[in-house]
Amino acid sequence: MANEPTTERIRSALASQKQPSVTVLSSLLAAHDDLGYLPDEAIDEVAAFMEVSINDVWGVASFYPNFRFVPPAEHVVEVCWGPTCHIRGAGSIMQQCMEDLGLSSEGDTADGSVTLKYNTCLGACSQAPVISIDHRLHGRTTPETVQGQIARLGDGVG
Amino acid sequence: MSDYRELKTRADERWQELVAGDKPWIRVGTGLCGEAAGAVDVVEALKAELSSLGLDANLSEVGCLGLCYTEPLVDILKPGGPRVFFKNVTPEDVLGLLSGYLADGELPAGKALGYLGATAVDGLTDIDSMPSMKLQERIALRNSGHIAPDDIYQYIASGGYAGLNKALFGMKPDDVITEMKDSGLRGRGGAGFPTGLKWSFMVRSPGPPKYILCNCEEGDPGAYNDKGILEGDPCTLLEGMTLAGYATGATNGIVFIRHGHDGPINRTMKAIEQAYEAGLLGSNILDSEFSFDIEVSLTGDSYVAGEETALMESIEGKRAMPRIKPPFPAAFGVWGKPSTINNVKSLAYAPEIVAKGGTWFSTIGVEKCTGTVILCLSGDVMYPGMYEVPMGLPLRVAIEELGGGVPDGKKLKIVQLGGPLGHVLGADSLEHSLDFDSMKAANAMLGSGGVIVADEDSCAVDLARVLVAFCQYESCGKCFPCRLGMTQLLDFVERISRCEAREGDMEMIESVGNTMKAGSLCFHGQLGVNPIRSAIENFAEDFRVHLEEKRCPTGSCDRPMLAPRNTRPFGQEFKPGQVPLQIA
Repeated sequence: MANEPTTERIRSALASQKQPSVTVLSSLLAAHDDLGYLPDEAIDEVAAFMEVSINDVWGVASFYPNFRFVPPAEHVVEVCWGPTCHIRGAGSIMQQCMEDLGLSSEGDTADGSVTLKYNTCLGACSQAPVISIDHRLHGRTTPETVQGQIARLGDGVG
Repeated sequence: MSDYRELKTRADERWQELVAGDKPWIRVGTGLCGEAAGAVDVVEALKAELSSLGLDANLSEVGCLGLCYTEPLVDILKPGGPRVFFKNVTPEDVLGLLSGYLADGELPAGKALGYLGATAVDGLTDIDSMPSMKLQERIALRNSGHIAPDDIYQYIASGGYAGLNKALFGMKPDDVITEMKDSGLRGRGGAGFPTGLKWSFMVRSPGPPKYILCNCEEGDPGAYNDKGILEGDPCTLLEGMTLAGYATGATNGIVFIRHGHDGPINRTMKAIEQAYEAGLLGSNILDSEFSFDIEVSLTGDSYVAGEETALMESIEGKRAMPRIKPPFPAAFGVWGKPSTINNVKSLAYAPEIVAKGGTWFSTIGVEKCTGTVILCLSGDVMYPGMYEVPMGLPLRVAIEELGGGVPDGKKLKIVQLGGPLGHVLGADSLEHSLDFDSMKAANAMLGSGGVIVADEDSCAVDLARVLVAFCQYESCGKCFPCRLGMTQLLDFVERISRCEAREGDMEMIESVGNTMKAGSLCFHGQLGVNPIRSAIENFAEDFRVHLEEKRCPTGSCDRPMLAPRNTRPFGQEFKPGQVPLQIA
């Protein structure tokens, strides 16, 4: 699939939406799920597909912070900063992540292997502090466990 | 095939095979709490060991039983035996469970939590007699943890769709609304508006189409009970929505969920698919005259999308920004069509209310606040969990008996109730009861059931700055008093936390809060000052130490607060410092 031209890939992602209500937002989510980000072509294609202006599509895409506009890193680490996780030490978890990944805030590592993100609530407050690695939740974390998990991500990347 | 009796017969046969057949039934909690505790690896290990030991068993992934602190929770029902629960199971424990308990009947040391069933097991506690279960009255969560959410027949066997069958063939739509009114059920999204009354508003609105919208945006940090229902028992929501559709004359239902929570989303989609196959959704449900469709609508990351008019904007695919009311949704809702918006919990009660009668429901809880409240208890407590308890339970009982109190012999200092737009309360709040009216009288709110506890090592200023940062980050940007006000409030509280407050900051908090209240369309701006204002009220001493002694009483504020800042409505290129009118 990776070799398929992006435009084709976007068009097929948009066309394969199964739910009855297809909207600008659902189309953006479909394209984003498929590519991991929204290139300019995706904005253009959604505008054409939904028969609205490019401005309308940008308006929606820029509103929801889950959309990214540059190609995704290989892995994504999300750190919950909800109040429960905060009380239980989310700050030191985030600090550990930033230290291990060489980042000073959320963002992508220099080699493009890992994206570090804040998440407002991962929904498993009873297991705080919680992080998510490649969309799998990990609870009751400590700086030490997180350090190990991030190191293993690095091994996988090589 | 869409005759209820036929469905029920088939469901009962399947259920008997599961619980009284010759194969053991292993259930693993894989809700969000289970997943975070490592349940996915446990399921993998169970599959691998079952096949390597050559054991034949039914294996189901179920929702949360409420006892999140015991996750990953595995229970094994042996043929003819009781149901035995094992807590905090790791992949390494699995072999012991299977070759030890399942094959030889030996309980692995320290792993057994208790049993459920008619016959007592030596050395084990009846789960229902534990305080964390005994105090619960599970209605919306009645099936969660017990049935596989991906099998609609298990739901039917457990009494599911009896309510809808009763309504379709024995009640007029108005009768259903009367039952809902009799039940006294008040909307569980936080506002507490009577659900039956809300339904009645749409009856005379023109249609088709007319919509029942289910709000599962649930962005409240600290609350996960809506997702908990969808993970544990999505069918009860679908039945509730169908009942709402029948009562109000609606034709379509939309379940509105934030993208990314794959467990709840996938389980809901699977349940919808199965309901269509069984003739419980679509045209002529159960061969009646009534037709109803349900789909799932996903939204992006946005807290304000949970506000009812912003929710409709988001379903239409736009920015999740609130609309001006009136017109109200019952007249002009999603796509301009009549719509009724209910929270997941409110709809999840409907099947039981219709099946057992509104009067039955009204006897649970307290007067004017009937039924149950689903608490998500988290933070510094021994037993964090998702507990469904009768309305009116004293907060002290919830925290000390359900939650087991604060661990390590420390003292409780802060209770945060009502979500990020709620309040930061002191230990004296333990005397309040958990229901809408008592909370209101106590100048607090129940919200959607999140209860966050912090011990004496926490500083109220520190907690307040996180809540303010959340509200700032999540302001949709439509109303400038909220957009700019939240940013200012964050500046004030951050300065206070760094002990760099300037003269007049405390007064400005009050003034900005009043402006936000007066000038914002939705609750986000109107209530955004709540956390900081209540923290100042209830923890004057913490603030005084910051302001006068220039130090944090607990040291919590000395650690930098790591949190993102709002990017709305500037798009992704926004850099800190670009906020106009920011008081720097």
